[in-house]
Amino acid sequence: MSTRLASGGRLLNRGRALEFQFNGKRLMGYEGDTLASALLANDQMMVGRSFKYHRPRGVVASGAEEPNALVNLGKGGKFEPNQRTTTTELFDGLYATSQNHWPTLEFDIGAINALFARFLPAGFYYKTFMTPRPFWKHIYEPFIRQSAGLGKAPKDRDADTYEHFYFYADVVVIGGGVAGLQAALEAGKAGARVLVMEQTADWGGRAVVDGVEIAGKPADDWVKGVVQALEKMENVTLRTRCMGAGVYDHGYILGYERLTDHDPVLQGPRHRLWRIRAKQTITATGAIERPLSFAGNDLPGVLLAGAVRDYLVNWGVSVGDRTVVVTNNDDAYRTAIALVDAGLSVPAIIDARPEGAGALGAVAKAKGIRVEEGKAIAKVKGKTRVTGVALCLQAGEGAVIDEIACDCVAMSGGWSPVVHLWSHCGGKLKWDDAQAMFRPDPARAPTGADGEGFVLTAGTSSGELGTTAALADATAAGRAAAKAAGLKPKTGKAPVANDVDETPMAAVWLMPQGAGAELKMKAWLDYQNDVKVSDVQLAAREGFESVEHTKRYTTLGMATDQGKLSNINGLAILSQSLNQAIPQTGTTTFRPPYTPISMGAIGGSARDELFQPIRKTPMHGWHVENGADFEPVGHWRRPYSFPRKGEGLHDAVNREIVNTRTNVGLLDASTLGKLIVKGPDAGRFLDMLYTNMMSNLAIGKCRYGLMCTENGFLTDDGVVARIDEDTWLCHTTTGGADRIHAWMEDWLQCEWWDWKVYVANVTEQYAQVAVVGPKARQLLEKLGGMDVSKETLPFMQWADGTLGGFPVRVYRISFSGELSYEIAVAASHGRAFWDRLLKDGEEFGIMPYGTEGLHVMRAEKGFIMIGDETDGTVIPQDLGLGWAISKKKDDYLGKRAQERSHMADPERWKLVGLETLDGSVIPDGAYAVGEGHNANGQRLTQGRVTSTYYSPTLKRGIAMGLVHRGPERMGEIIEFPKVDGTSVKARIADQVFYDKAGEKQDV
Amino acid sequence: MLTLQCPYCGVDAEETELTAGGEAHLKRETVGASDDDFEGYLFMRENPKGLHFERWRHSYGCGKWFLAARDTNTLEVFGTYPAQSKEPPKDLRDKISAKRPGWSWREFK
Amino acid sequence: MSEPVSFLGGRVAEGAVTVRDAGLQGMITLRGDLAATKVKNVVKKVTGQAIPAQRKALVEGRRGALWMSPDELLLLVPYAEAEEAVATITKALRGVHHLAVNVSDARAYVTVEGAGAAEVMAKNAPVDFSAAAFGAGDFRRSRVGQVAAAFWKDEAGAFHVVSFRSVGDYVFDLLRVSAEAGPVGALS
Repeated sequence: MSTRLASGGRLLNRGRALEFQFNGKRLMGYEGDTLASALLANDQMMVGRSFKYHRPRGVVASGAEEPNALVNLGKGGKFEPNQRTTTTELFDGLYATSQNHWPTLEFDIGAINALFARFLPAGFYYKTFMTPRPFWKHIYEPFIRQSAGLGKAPKDRDADTYEHFYFYADVVVIGGGVAGLQAALEAGKAGARVLVMEQTADWGGRAVVDGVEIAGKPADDWVKGVVQALEKMENVTLRTRCMGAGVYDHGYILGYERLTDHDPVLQGPRHRLWRIRAKQTITATGAIERPLSFAGNDLPGVLLAGAVRDYLVNWGVSVGDRTVVVTNNDDAYRTAIALVDAGLSVPAIIDARPEGAGALGAVAKAKGIRVEEGKAIAKVKGKTRVTGVALCLQAGEGAVIDEIACDCVAMSGGWSPVVHLWSHCGGKLKWDDAQAMFRPDPARAPTGADGEGFVLTAGTSSGELGTTAALADATAAGRAAAKAAGLKPKTGKAPVANDVDETPMAAVWLMPQGAGAELKMKAWLDYQNDVKVSDVQLAAREGFESVEHTKRYTTLGMATDQGKLSNINGLAILSQSLNQAIPQTGTTTFRPPYTPISMGAIGGSARDELFQPIRKTPMHGWHVENGADFEPVGHWRRPYSFPRKGEGLHDAVNREIVNTRTNVGLLDASTLGKLIVKGPDAGRFLDMLYTNMMSNLAIGKCRYGLMCTENGFLTDDGVVARIDEDTWLCHTTTGGADRIHAWMEDWLQCEWWDWKVYVANVTEQYAQVAVVGPKARQLLEKLGGMDVSKETLPFMQWADGTLGGFPVRVYRISFSGELSYEIAVAASHGRAFWDRLLKDGEEFGIMPYGTEGLHVMRAEKGFIMIGDETDGTVIPQDLGLGWAISKKKDDYLGKRAQERSHMADPERWKLVGLETLDGSVIPDGAYAVGEGHNANGQRLTQGRVTSTYYSPTLKRGIAMGLVHRGPERMGEIIEFPKVDGTSVKARIADQVFYDKAGEKQDV
Repeated sequence: MLTLQCPYCGVDAEETELTAGGEAHLKRETVGASDDDFEGYLFMRENPKGLHFERWRHSYGCGKWFLAARDTNTLEVFGTYPAQSKEPPKDLRDKISAKRPGWSWREFK
Repeated sequence: MSEPVSFLGGRVAEGAVTVRDAGLQGMITLRGDLAATKVKNVVKKVTGQAIPAQRKALVEGRRGALWMSPDELLLLVPYAEAEEAVATITKALRGVHHLAVNVSDARAYVTVEGAGAAEVMAKNAPVDFSAAAFGAGDFRRSRVGQVAAAFWKDEAGAFHVVSFRSVGDYVFDLLRVSAEAGPVGALS
């Protein structure tokens, strides 16, 4: 059984016991445990079930590569699925449940899938759920959804907070093992600004577990010394619990720091996403041990040999009383030796190599361990955990020589350098036949902005498995990075370790070599997604020759672990099946992040009020206090209407309109864009931007103008005011302010840079209030301070002055058809001015109105709205706005495009008004159907609605729309089908429904 | 995520501070242009795998437009220069020639 | 006439790093030829400062000059003097192509002060805030979170952040939340 030993565990604090729950069971662990080590210490071998067959699954690894031991972690707002127990540090009160089983972990109905494994081969879903098509929606999809996903999606809001942090470094070192530390030391000594990130809580990586001696002292002591030296350097920043998540273009690196996961009592953000720019990055990410492919290699109790050693040395956990070690390399002997030294039993080392191991083999034999050379595991015995192994010849087909009772199998198929981060941004790999591994090819590093490589690897991740070689490699990497970052590295010898001579590993992709179909169906490659040797071979037989296709067909490497254990074994099997060399098959693409990172970390502080910026006008507070129903306009929030208590939104809009047309209404128009255009060439510039003339606008006057893109399409409109000899103020739409400002700068900087024009965006300098309605003038006269009579301030003019003591600029412009003053006041006085208007306007029946009232009133007047009547394919000529296009000008933006044949075509859809025969409102977006059908059997269309409202003024539905040759068809009746199958008939009419002569606004 | 040096404020700006503006050195065609020439101006763009000249605006920074010579494949940036340039500056073209001998892009080489 | 109010209305979030509304500040956008003598003279007259070098801020109390771009400065004057300052500039630069406009009300103005101020900034802007890279008098236009902002550092290590008025709440709350989240311990 799996248990905690009485002593040992270099990471444990046995003085502090922690209580935690797994599937409702109360269990004990110690400070320093991971959830995985604590579960194993409690003999919890089975921790979950696999995705497809619901096979029992136990811990197989001890780090980020773990594919099996995933749990639901936490409760409520702290709940998270698919958390790796091997990287989850234990804390008091930890609450975990296992995944992917029903009703219980021990007894699971879904495991019946395993009985049909023969009928669930690779591509099963693709083959089965193709036909008949109608089955998809009602049978297949619900079935697949039922069985999809490992963990459960969280239901509650995330109770934690997160943040981002921008950081700039000369050298970033990813990985805090001995290689990473040595590289950091070299870069640090050269004076580089260094950041070192280690994903676990502890420095040192594998060397400290393996009892290596560096520079004559135990690795543990050496590591402590180097960390202390680095801590003393002001130019070095050290971070544990911080994973290098991704390497991106131009030296952009993401670091994922887990601040409170190990102790949720801690205050502050849970995760921090480091957004780093580094001149050079060193990946010292170590290597991951590979499983061996033999029948039953997925049973709980079969672990990686290195992991068995980690659990013993780091956490004082014995995974089994009797451990059989199976290997194709010398390193696994260290596990056997460590176990025996700890007083545990190792019934056999099964070494696939006929020649066995080097120096470590002799040590093992001297300790009395039975070593079976040239042998293999035929199959692992046991149902939900290991009870023994059957021994066979590696060179044979699996005929059983002997059976060895054991409760743990420690396997090692060799080591694969962690090349993920090297590869993220395009680093290439080369195949090392001797060590059967892909290793980084330094000649083909990822390149940065200057075209030079910006990633180096150090130590084991370079493919240097020996400690001395790894340290030499790291020393060189640290110095090279510092040099590339423009610094002068120190010289000197790299530290040396006490390496032993090792016999070369042998590539073993299947055990035994001649395993038949029965065995191959039980030899797992991908534990989480249940992909076996037989599945990859089937894919190859069915023609999936590209590794990327095989991956998707079999789902090999597509689980949450992204194939950290399975990839190399899988592509070796594929290569064998295709009878080609492994480098010819190649690898799948490594993509960031290295392991899954939380959505919270990606979002950072951008949640709730900070999810996106909300732009507020100076009167926003009043709108909130007075129950405004807001609508988003860009990032602005504008009041749609101000419904009163018990009043429906529609009624509120109608009330606001009727009141504005009868008494006086107030609109917060502050969001309208206001651009100052100034300079000797400003008039000429505006003549190019607008379709009409602006250079001849008289000082003190206003003119409505249109702006088009070079495609001729209408892009913005607004009223321009001439301020003085060389200054114009251009109003844009609310959404257009920043866009048109950028547009103006574009033309001034990139095309007409010799023109003397400056532009400034003063949109937010002013609160702008539209005072609208027949009693507007009476109200302003009551405020007093300037003459607002028709004589002094006629329609389409502006004037500076004061009103009620406020310095103001008043524009006589109207978007409603009523007598209207748009009054600009400094934003810091905006709220006070608004309050004053409301107070003084009380006797005139003043009411504020919102954007919907604005829209309805402009539609009653037949005024277009950018974004309603325009959609990026409409030219001014389509909208009957020919009057706003100057015939006198040689050129303006869009002019040439409007001469193109399609733009000048009389067959275009053009703007008209639409009066429903029954007075109802045409639905938004409705199309008018024509005679006949198109090639797809659909009714032909002849027009569409662009604006449609109920007009409380006319007490009927009104609309505008673009209709084929519309203006020539006045009085014709066209039909708009509705979604309910009925249709509404409308008469083509003039789009101006209210005050056609324009008398009301010009008083 | 790219970084480009803004030639106006000297900042190595990351992409989130910038706005991409499409191809550089377009010649505006307008009234009087033939249909073909106008079509070329509006729609026809280079789409190289390799060296490209393009427009960027330091929109969150100094607000200035500038031009960049960049490899669309390797993302190497050969240089940036002011938008008020009718052609890539000589020193930049020399630098590109050193790294991509025999290059050409539209009428430039 | 009423008393003018800043968008943030004097908000303060006290802590190890304090974020506060810096209140009403006169600000003038000046565009023109920054090398021209007349421009230099009038900037000196209005702010007491010379033309700042590229990405520099020259500030003394409520007066100063900030380098916005090769042809643009943001001038700081006491709020009540802004209109008068614009008039002074306009008069001094008569006949010289320029643009001077009062933008005092178009801005929100926030101060971030305390030992960890640089880290609070670094949580929100893609800028190297290490003391070596961003010292007193250094100025940048960049983004804070998702909005455009300009900021500089003073001799005391405090940061002064200018944003558009409409997003003042967003900028303030972003900096406040970052300050409350505590130090990172990576920038001295």
